[in-house]
Amino acid sequence: MKFLGLFNYWVFAILLVIGLYALITKHNLVKKIMALAIFQSAVFLFFITMSKIEGGTAPIVQAGVSGQVFSNPLPQVLILTAIVVGISTTALGLAIVVRLYEEYGTIEDDEILALDRKA
Amino acid sequence: MLADHLPALQVALPLLTAPLVILLRTGFLAWLVALLASLCSLGLAMLLTATVLETGTQHYAVGGWLPPMGIGLTVDGLSALVLLLITGASSLALAGGRLSLRKDIDNRRAPMFYGAWLISMAGLCGIAVAGDAFNVFVFMEISALATYVLIAGGRDRRALSAVFKYLIIGTIGATFYLIGVGFLYMMTGTLNFADIALRLDEVTETRPIVIAAGFITIGLALKAAIFPLHVWLPRAYTYAPNAATVFIAACSTKVVIYVLLRFNFEVFHGNLPGHTDLFGVFIIPLALAGIVLASAIAIFQTNLKTMLAFSSVAQIGYIALAAGLTSEAGLMAALLHMFNHALAKGTLFLCVVAFVLTSGSASMDSLRGIGKRMPWTMAAFLVAGLSLVGVPGTAGFISKWYLVVAVIGWDGWGAALVAAIVISSLMAVVYLWRFVELAYYSEPPGGEVVPMEVSRPLRCLIWFAALANIYFGLFPQLPLALARSGTETLLGGLF
Amino acid sequence: MTTLLIGVFLLLLLVITAVAIVRSTDLFSGVMLSGIFSLLMALNFFLLDAADVALTEAAVGAGVATVLLLAGLKLTPSTEARARPVRPIAIIVVAIIALLMIYASFGQPSLGDPTAPAQTHVAPWYIENTPELVDIPNIVTAVLASYRGYDTLGEVFVVLTAGIGVMFLLGGGRGKPFSRLHTDPPQGLSHYLIPKVIARMLAPFILLFALFIQFHGEYSPGGGFQAGAIFVAGMILYALVRGEDKALAVIPPHVLLWMSAGGALLYGSVGLLGIAMGGQFLEYSVLADNPVTGQHIGIIVIELGVGLTVTGVLLSIFHAFAARD
Repeated sequence: MKFLGLFNYWVFAILLVIGLYALITKHNLVKKIMALAIFQSAVFLFFITMSKIEGGTAPIVQAGVSGQVFSNPLPQVLILTAIVVGISTTALGLAIVVRLYEEYGTIEDDEILALDRKA
Repeated sequence: MLADHLPALQVALPLLTAPLVILLRTGFLAWLVALLASLCSLGLAMLLTATVLETGTQHYAVGGWLPPMGIGLTVDGLSALVLLLITGASSLALAGGRLSLRKDIDNRRAPMFYGAWLISMAGLCGIAVAGDAFNVFVFMEISALATYVLIAGGRDRRALSAVFKYLIIGTIGATFYLIGVGFLYMMTGTLNFADIALRLDEVTETRPIVIAAGFITIGLALKAAIFPLHVWLPRAYTYAPNAATVFIAACSTKVVIYVLLRFNFEVFHGNLPGHTDLFGVFIIPLALAGIVLASAIAIFQTNLKTMLAFSSVAQIGYIALAAGLTSEAGLMAALLHMFNHALAKGTLFLCVVAFVLTSGSASMDSLRGIGKRMPWTMAAFLVAGLSLVGVPGTAGFISKWYLVVAVIGWDGWGAALVAAIVISSLMAVVYLWRFVELAYYSEPPGGEVVPMEVSRPLRCLIWFAALANIYFGLFPQLPLALARSGTETLLGGLF
Repeated sequence: MTTLLIGVFLLLLLVITAVAIVRSTDLFSGVMLSGIFSLLMALNFFLLDAADVALTEAAVGAGVATVLLLAGLKLTPSTEARARPVRPIAIIVVAIIALLMIYASFGQPSLGDPTAPAQTHVAPWYIENTPELVDIPNIVTAVLASYRGYDTLGEVFVVLTAGIGVMFLLGGGRGKPFSRLHTDPPQGLSHYLIPKVIARMLAPFILLFALFIQFHGEYSPGGGFQAGAIFVAGMILYALVRGEDKALAVIPPHVLLWMSAGGALLYGSVGLLGIAMGGQFLEYSVLADNPVTGQHIGIIVIELGVGLTVTGVLLSIFHAFAARD
């Protein structure tokens, strides 16, 4: 049971390193942005996992129902903010990729580096 | 009555001016409003500094909710020092950068650029006043995204590839920081710095805490460009618009170092057994390698901005080294050097703005003989350069002095560290001399020496900045007082 | 127990999808897999009692992000250059990180433990005091908009900054005009009958649903951000079917710019009003004679600000991508 209770955290660790691995090794810039999204999603899972309480329910008070156990609202709020930060980064990153493609004619970072070196 | 709200207004004023700026129609108006907002922020920072020096640390509960339930703002001597840096650098860069930015950014896009500038400044101020670990993350991302926009405004296409790299590394750094905050929240149930420190004491299971300290330190080191995590910095500084480089180089990495110090000293120091030694063992070798290697690389640069950028990596090394000593004297030196290096580097990059205005490029070749053509600006460059090296009489000397004193007092290999500092200072002399020699003793590209100084207001501003380097070398009371108060809060009741 | 097992199953699917995203060399399938990844993530959040987060992840991760990536791919090559050899150093580095984190996990409270420090300090205070102090059923909205309203102000400015950045780089706002506004004859999907009819039927309902999410956020999952994202999804559907110029005619670019800036300003002004009425920055209690009414007013107004900015910025970003050849 103890192991099942920690399973979410292991998946968090694995998703995080999958994202990180792709960020380090992939040269395609769009791929890097997708990897960044996986990397950030892993952290969302981490926070939401710690907000869960056994037998709990979503923290919305229902009229006439008492004695409910609510899961922790705070990490959920933090992750709402983090999701928004993530999509903003994605949007800006993609705009830069589009401009890079217009300037260099490629979106592979090793080819861009080679062009930079030549200049 | 408004005086009670200074910590919130410090952030709200520039932040709320930004949406107004992007609605403006011309670049000039946008620049003017941004400059005014920046100067007002500088005024607020001065008021706040005076208040802190008079009455001590200021606390503010946003929304009327007391921390740790709500978000608290805390302004002490250290925050005040950083606030002065941010708002001062921004005002200087905007005031001196008008002509240069008009060349770099076309008029229709300029309102967006100045909007991003204000948001970037507000974000940095937000980090400096924050008393809440997650709030730091939010404002770190605000300032980071806005800074990417500023760098992407550079005319060279390499600005784009530089900024993409910065975006990826910056996001990894911020996410690492967020993971660390998550572990801390998991073990303490709170996000407020002071409350985390308090409750960390009772946590018996330290494995997640150690991991948290690791993630936070590495994440912030990435963003602070501590060697060898500096790979994004030189190109970002080089290809950003010249005026933006003045602002970014003077304060953006310093603010991250500020968070690093806050976390490692206020939160972990004293609550995590062995943390202090581990921090030193981790950071001192990296700092030393950074100081020596980056100075060496700077010697071989063919672009003035890249050279100064590598010099920044070395100087960040000094700050990290001083902090890594984890002694009172070391922290004093680190905080002082944050201030003095920002002053010197800001002045140097402002001179670069002037050089590029007249010669069109920052490559060493096109700057040959610039000392004969622009004697005033070059002389200011020389003064700031001396401050960077640490010659007595300049601001740089004060922090180098404190650094050497701190290193000698360290029970490790103090002598070896002193040697490294001396060697790297000599290397700074070498790389600066290379440019000075080229500027004074070689023929201009056209052959003919034509005096072509920049406009008088810009020259005055450059000399104002250069004289500040001397002023704070002769009368260092203000930075000393702030650094001392900052050191006291960082080390808490330990000494 | 069943929920736990479903959770484990979904998590395994997540890992498989992530690996597939990394390994695919066709970027289009990568984007589609990313959408699936987000939906799986949203399901997980739902199982973990985070309804608001699940709604947001579905709207943002599977909706907005997918559209943005597709819009980006329209302008760039859609396949990776070539497969590259696996780098052992990278594998060693990430394996060490994973092992360290799994090692740390044994010191962590396990899933759902009600005695964990995270559940016993600040969080119960929110749950106990929200009915009395803020009096709205959705505690997540209360924390987001009031207790930690300053973070949310920051979040709105992050979105605004992204909008500023994209408009700065790709044009839009008052900068370079969107380049392709002349009427190309068959634009979008307008020459396909079935998508056109279905989209026409769906679009009004999506927009209506967005308004519901906006104004019902205090009672059920949702709020300004989710509403904005859903509203934008509806508009993008409209743009796909009717062509981009028609969508722009409904909300022209300068209106979008005013919405983006106005929403952020609205939020900030509520904060300054708090100071003017004798409270702290972003203190809503002073906005009315009764503190609880003040909280309600504050939350409704700032959620409106969030919705405006998110709608304005996301639509501007979409147009900026779509208008570029």
